[in-house]
Order: sequence, then C-alpha cells, then structure tokens
Amino acid sequence: MSSTLDNLVRMANQIAANLQHEPDPAAATAEHIHLFWDPRMKRMIFDHDGTGLSPDAAKAIAALKASA
Amino acid sequence: MTYQPQADFGTPASRSDEQVTLTIDGREVTVPAGTSVMRAASEQGTSIPKLCATDSLASFGSCRLCLVEIEGRRGTPASCTTPVEPGMVVKTQTPHLAKLRKGVMELYISDHPLDCLTCAANGDCELQDQAGAVGLRDVRYAADATHLGQTKDHSNPYFDFDPSKCIVCSRCVRACDEVQGTLALTVQGRGFGSKISAGLSSDNFLGSECVSCGACVQACPTATLVEKKVVEIGTPERSVVTTCAYCGVGCTFRAEMRGEQLVRMVPWKDGKANRGHSCVKGRFAWGYAQHQDRILKPMIRASIDQPWREVEWDEAFAYAASELKRISAKYGKHALGGITSSRCTNEETFLVQKLVRAGFGNNNVDTCARVCHSPTGYGLKTTFGTSAGTQDFDSVEDSDVILVIGANPTDGHPVFASRMKKRLRQGAKLIVIDPRRTDLVRSPHIEAQHHLALRPGTNVAVLTAIAHTIVTEGLVDEAFVRERCDWDEYREWADFVSQARNSPEMLEPVTQVPAAELRAAARLYATGGNGAIYYGLGVTEHSQGSSTVMAIANLAMATGNIGRRGVGVNPLRGQNNVQGACDMGSFPHELSGYRHISDGETRRLFEGEWGVPLDPEPGLRIPNMLDAATDGVFKALYVQGEDILQSDPNTKHVAAGLAAMECVIVHDLFLNETANYAHIFLPGSTFLEKNGTFTNAERRIQPVRKVMTPLNGLEDWEVTQELARAMGLDWNYAHPSEIMDEIARLTPSFKGVSFDRLDQEGSLQWPVNDAAPDGSPIMHIDGFVRGKGKFVVTDYVPTDEKTGPRFPLLLTTGRILSQYNVGAQTRRTDNVLWHEEDLLEIHPVDAEDRGIKDGDWVKLASRAGETTLRATVTERVAPGVVYTTFHHPLTQANVVTTDYSDWATNCPEYKVTAVQISPSNGPTDWQEDYEAQARRSRRIAEAEAAE
Repeated sequence: MSSTLDNLVRMANQIAANLQHEPDPAAATAEHIHLFWDPRMKRMIFDHDGTGLSPDAAKAIAALKASA
Repeated sequence: MTYQPQADFGTPASRSDEQVTLTIDGREVTVPAGTSVMRAASEQGTSIPKLCATDSLASFGSCRLCLVEIEGRRGTPASCTTPVEPGMVVKTQTPHLAKLRKGVMELYISDHPLDCLTCAANGDCELQDQAGAVGLRDVRYAADATHLGQTKDHSNPYFDFDPSKCIVCSRCVRACDEVQGTLALTVQGRGFGSKISAGLSSDNFLGSECVSCGACVQACPTATLVEKKVVEIGTPERSVVTTCAYCGVGCTFRAEMRGEQLVRMVPWKDGKANRGHSCVKGRFAWGYAQHQDRILKPMIRASIDQPWREVEWDEAFAYAASELKRISAKYGKHALGGITSSRCTNEETFLVQKLVRAGFGNNNVDTCARVCHSPTGYGLKTTFGTSAGTQDFDSVEDSDVILVIGANPTDGHPVFASRMKKRLRQGAKLIVIDPRRTDLVRSPHIEAQHHLALRPGTNVAVLTAIAHTIVTEGLVDEAFVRERCDWDEYREWADFVSQARNSPEMLEPVTQVPAAELRAAARLYATGGNGAIYYGLGVTEHSQGSSTVMAIANLAMATGNIGRRGVGVNPLRGQNNVQGACDMGSFPHELSGYRHISDGETRRLFEGEWGVPLDPEPGLRIPNMLDAATDGVFKALYVQGEDILQSDPNTKHVAAGLAAMECVIVHDLFLNETANYAHIFLPGSTFLEKNGTFTNAERRIQPVRKVMTPLNGLEDWEVTQELARAMGLDWNYAHPSEIMDEIARLTPSFKGVSFDRLDQEGSLQWPVNDAAPDGSPIMHIDGFVRGKGKFVVTDYVPTDEKTGPRFPLLLTTGRILSQYNVGAQTRRTDNVLWHEEDLLEIHPVDAEDRGIKDGDWVKLASRAGETTLRATVTERVAPGVVYTTFHHPLTQANVVTTDYSDWATNCPEYKVTAVQISPSNGPTDWQEDYEAQARRSRRIAEAEAAE
C-alpha cells in the first residue's frame, strides 16, 4: 500500500471506531467520509481491496462506493 | 486622532443596579451605589487631584491629595476611599483643601528630581499635572535627605525603572497584584526607607518574577517606570485604537504614534476583551514589524535550488498567475490549493478562500485551525449547533468553579489568565486537568483544589469518569436536561457513562489519575455553583480531540452549566484570528458561517454573488494536500501567513510534500521555513499596516486599523486581489469594508456587521443578525442553536501511538509566555531574552535513568524522526512524560511528531508522541542538512546594474 492509502485506511478505521455508539456505525462512518473526504481520497479507498479495514469501515466504504 | 491620555476616573466603576444621588460642588449627580466620591466627581466633569488612585485599581487612600469636605462629617476624607451616599453634599475645592493639597504636593516634590524638561515623561506625567493642579509654586524644604541619585534599573529590554523618581504610591505594586496577579513587586522597607522592589533586593526587573506585562508601567504616575521607546523617541502625538495580532484573547490597544513611528502600544481601557490589560507580547513585542529580516520586494525563482530574484509586483503577479494556470491546464484544477491564516484578517482570509473556490475552481482550501482548533468546530457544532465558545470573557467574573483542561492560560492566553486569576483570588474554585504542573496549579494566592495529572492521551477517559461520577451520584441537573436537551440521547449517554468500566476506579490504571481525586473534582464541578470549562490545544490536538470537545459539552449540559454568565464551554483559541478564519469558510468542506459545501441552496447564494459555479465536493485538508503532493497529483499551493514546515507535524513529510510541488507561493513577512520550498514570495504587511477585522475566542469581531504605510507597498488583501485579477477574476474591492459587506451579505451570523457599526460599537460578538442586532455575548441562553442539545457517547479509544521498549516516554508539546507559535514574530524581538531556545522538560527520575543532567544536550527520537535540544530537569512533568515547545526552527520539534491525527478532523496529535531521550553531543544529520538547505534556499541574487 502507498503511504497515502495507509493513512486513508487508518483514518477510516479511526472514524468507525469512534462512531461505534451510533445506531448504525457503518452508516455513520459512511456519512462522515462523504462529508469530509475529497473525491480523490474517496476514489483511492474505493479502489482499495479492503485490506486492513475494520468490518464497519469496510461496510461503510462498500456502501459509499455503491452510491457513488 | 490627536493624542489624549485615556480617561481615568480614579476608582473602578460600580456594578450596582441601585442608584445614588448626591451633590458635588453644588451640582447633583446620580451614580451607582458603591461608586467613590472621586469617581462620581470625575463622571460629572470635576477632576479631584490624585496620585495613588487610578481606575484600574481598588482605591488605596495613601497619597492624601484627593481630600474633600463633606457636610456633616468631620475632617477631610479621601474621596477615593469614600463611597457616595444619598443626599451627601461634597465640596472638592475650598481654601482649606487647597492648602492641605499644596502641603502634600510640596512634600512629594521636595524629594523628586526637578528635571522635567529632560524627563521622558515630560507632558505625560501625573505628578507634573497635579503639581500644576494644586498650584504649587515653590518648595520650602531643603533637599537634605532624599531618594535622588539612585541607580536606574535598565535590565528589562522594554522599560526602565528609575527609583529616584518614585513617589511610592504603590500603583505599580497594586497593578502587579490586582491586574496581572503575578505579585512580583513589593514595597521594601518602611517609612522613609520604603522603596519599590522587584522580588528580592538582589533582583533586578529582568531577573525577578516580573512577566513584563506592562501593567506597572501603565499604572506609574511618574517617569519611574517608563517605556524605553518613549525615552528613545519621545512622547506620542496621536493614537489609533487597533487589535493585537498575537493570541486569541484579542486585546485592543492604542497604537500611540509620532508621525508614522510607533512609540508604544498601550492597552485600551475600553477594550472589552482585555479591559485595559496586556501581556509582554502585545504590549512590547512588536519590533518584528520593522525588523531587518522583513522581505519588502516580491521575489521569484524557477526552482528551489536557485537564489531568489527580486521583481516588481506586476511581474510577480503575472508569473504566479501563469504558473497556476499552467499547472491547472497540465494536471487539472484539483492540483491547486490554498491555505488561509489565523494571523490574517477576516477579510484577507475570506479573499483567499474565495480565490481558491472561484479562481482555482475547487475547495482545496484549509487553514491553520486544522492543526489547532478544528475539533472545536466539529465538536461544538455537533453538540450545541455552532462552532464557537459560549461565553464572553467577562463571564468568568461570575464563575464559582473553573475547570481548565489542556490549557496553560498564563503562558498561552495571559491577559485572560489574569482575569481568571482575579476571580480565583476572590474565592472561585479551580480544577486543572493537565499532564504538567502548569503555573496555574500553584502560584501566589492561587492553588488548584484538584490537579488531575493525567497520562497524555487519556482526556476522554478522564472526562467519562467525571461523567460517571456525576450521573451515578445523582448530580445531574435533570430539569435542565429535560427542558434543553434531547432526553433519549441523554439517557443513552447516561447509561453509557454509568457502566462500571467507566468508573474512576476502573479507569485509574489508564488515566493514572487517583479515583478519589477525580470523584472529588467531579463533585465540585457539578455542585459548586456556576461551573465554567476553559480548554485549549491539550484537548484538541489528540486522536480523540473532537470526542474530547463533545465530552466537555456533555458535562456542561448534564450539569446545566450553559446559557448564562459564569458557566459555559470556552475554547481558548491559539492565534489571534482562529475563530475568524474558521468563520470565513476556510475549511475545505464548508462556506462561511459553517455551511456545508454540498448544500445546494448555500452554494447558489455564493454562485449568484461570485458569478461562477462552485464545486459541490469537499476539498483537501492540509495533511491531505501534502499526501496528494507526495503522490504527484497536487502541484501548486498559495500559503498566506502560515509556516506549515515549522508548525505542522512530521516535518520530513511536509518537506517532501512541498518539494514535490511545482509552484509554492508564500505570502509572508519573512522568508519563513516554508519559503525554503517556495518559488514565489509575496511580501506581506503587518497588522500595523492594514485595515480589517479579527475575531477573538469570544466571537468578538474587532477592528484592525492601519497606523502606518505598508513597508512592502500593499496591504495583504490587495496582494490577494491582484493575484486574483492576474488569474482573470474581476475583483474591484476599494477597501476591506467592502469585503466585510460581502461577508455580511453571504453569512447569516454576520448579517449586521459592518465597519461603520464596528466603529460605533468598538466590537460586536456574532451572531449579529435580526434576532440579535447588538450581538451575542452569551450563547444558547433560551435554547441551543441546533434546537435540543445533543449528548454524544464518547467512548475512550486509545491512540495508535504506543510507548514500548524503543520509545518508552510520551512527548507533549506546548508554548511559553514570551514566544508565539513558530516564533516568526517573537524571535525577532527582545523576547528572546526569556526564551532563546526550545528546551526539553524531563522528570528527575527519567533524567537520572539516562544519565542526563540539567542543561545537557539530548537527542529526542520518535518513530518519525529525531532532533537535539538541551534538557531541563524538572518535576513539572510526571515520570514518563517529557515536554517541549516548538518556537525555534533549528530545534525542529515537529521532526519528531507523527502523522496521527484526530479521527473527525485530522487535527494532528501533537500532544502524544512516543519518544526516547538519550545524551547527545551535537545536532542530528537532519538538523545539519536542514540548516544548510535553508541557508542555500534563502540566497537572494544581486540586482543587475541598470544600463
């Protein structure tokens, strides 16, 4: 993974970890990424194979990718 | 305006609502109960002679010059210590009083050098004025025993102390005690032997505990304490009220001038943020404005290994525009971005983000608040509905319990700290949550009831444990919560914090805070009356910075400490215009007034005003820009007034990002560290050279007024405008007031703001709109901006930055009183006398384990990098924790800090870095290489001779 992708994976996992108490953590994670990440960052994580992502982060990315 | 001294009513104003009517010299006057006779007389235009009285200090009654006669009373009471009473009849001038006053003044003058014509305070001396006022014409006493001829103390770089001119009125001592709260000065000796002393008799001012706030100099009625600049230049002949360009307190000053030369900055007594007080930076450390290092001509170069070439403004703008257009055409418009500055005005900041959005065609704009208070914006908007603190600074006067977490106000926000300390001396209780034993924990007449010296990185755990105590011990203000907050969300939060795993006892191994101490602090905050929370970067610069802000908001809501004076959640902003920079739409996801860029209605409003379509997608934050640059897709950056190479974390990564760009435009006063990687340098103007506004930590919008011509020829807003015009944008602002008018048209919370109104009111606290036409000192009074206050569950998530055998210590970073941020300004003043280098604080146990003695050079190493600096061995830090500042570029403290950041905002985790310390005998390879590169990069080519 590139350094930037490492960062994005870590950021996505961090977001998911801090939104664990939301009613739907994956949806909340997806919403946060939708609101604050620029399109290139989103594209990079969409193109990633999911390695290193926590389950909620992976679910959030999949949902975002599907709606993109 | 022509020079006039600031009005002095002799004693402070009374806050009583009760009115008292009395007669003074045959005229009726009505004043609040508790007002002194002196002040009542002064308010009706009668100036009673005085020397020891000044309205910033409690009355003292020592000089015996302000005597008056009151019908029905014996003797001649001092008007400064006599409160008004209904029906009182006062005479301020009678033959008897005149004789008494003349006698008193004669004694004073008999022991005062009669060198008025050559005295620095000639024409600006109260003793001189009062001698005239009482009609003193000769002195009958022989000068046998006097205090004349004593040695002057020139040790302080900014003011002199001449004891021969002292009348021992104690105004300086009382100013240090009452206004500043340092208690560095005293009256040494008794009777005729009394003299003013800074600390011990062996101390001079520089070596004493004096913090050079200037309060004593301002209070002095003679030339005993006088600014060196007044000695050098002479007394001022005009003054302009403006706003300080240092920290987020936003002190207002009178820039006192002679021609275009600044003589002194004197705190403005009518300033609502500082109430007439100042600190060493704002009062004295403005010499950088004329420093020889300032760059006054634009410069360009094709690559960073070339020397700079000075050019005219037109060539610089044309070259910058052509490079930006070239890069946009070659790599796409998203390869460009900009960074606004919290040191610049609202108007300048607004223009930079407008240039990026309307000119570059994207939202790649960010601000240095990214690396300080971006979690405040996220956290308070989520919980309360608005991205700002809830109170004005005056509010602290009504606080009963003050909780300070992750802030060191005596160093970072000294003028507000003085106000806070005044309230603490009056009896308010103090809780400090900080890994270090800051000065606030224990200082003269101040002692924290509880100092929770937590392990760095465990703020959320500590706050959750406090919440656990409040909820499980039945200390919640349920009526407030039911009325003002979402009850279901509260229940969910209360259930969470009540879990046994969140108890102080269970979390003690994590936080290292004794459970009993934490419970006692929680009880005090919840039950001690008005509870106010003040916080700083020790809250925000963590991987859970936003969670910590929300945890603070939860506590305030649960205890009903929101919506009135004395309470609230108060972020202490680092730089002067952090609040304003955030308000102005500097973040890549939102437009001014904190409206998301994806909101079509808001976007259309701006598109209508600006005449261009706006990108609906969020742009890159600063760290994302640097990542994109090292990936080869982000190629051009316009940086106004920031030095990201020194201030941002992981210096090597920042350097790599900047080096990968094809066009870096630095717009600054100096060739800062970022400029080492720049291709175009646009010289900036200081706060003294431009018009605009700053918004301080209390949402107070205040005027910045031009007091001298810009040395570089242009104000900063003009530079951005010319760059925009070179890019093809049709901008035609004639004055920053027109920019503010545009801000007001586009930003609901600024709807009622204009330069005219600011001139009338002095300042306005947003929101200023139809609902609050005069502004909003206190927010959320009848309801939260978002409707119901939102409790957010904030579970403790440990940082990824772990200590281990290789890096067993935790580094946390901070600031010191005499220096400011990256030091670009304060390092170019005499403030370096107090802090000429960054030092590493290390506990004696950790130092001994490593064979380190006080003053030794040590290597500070982390997973990100290593640097060297000198150690200071101190118990201020706990075992396992080390601390340093980041004011000096050669120290490169941020070589060591990591890429880890807040989960919600990417605010860097400056406050937690796993490190190792070892003895060292010199700079690291990085430091040596960096210094050599910086030296090469700052070369300026000789101008070619004209043909």
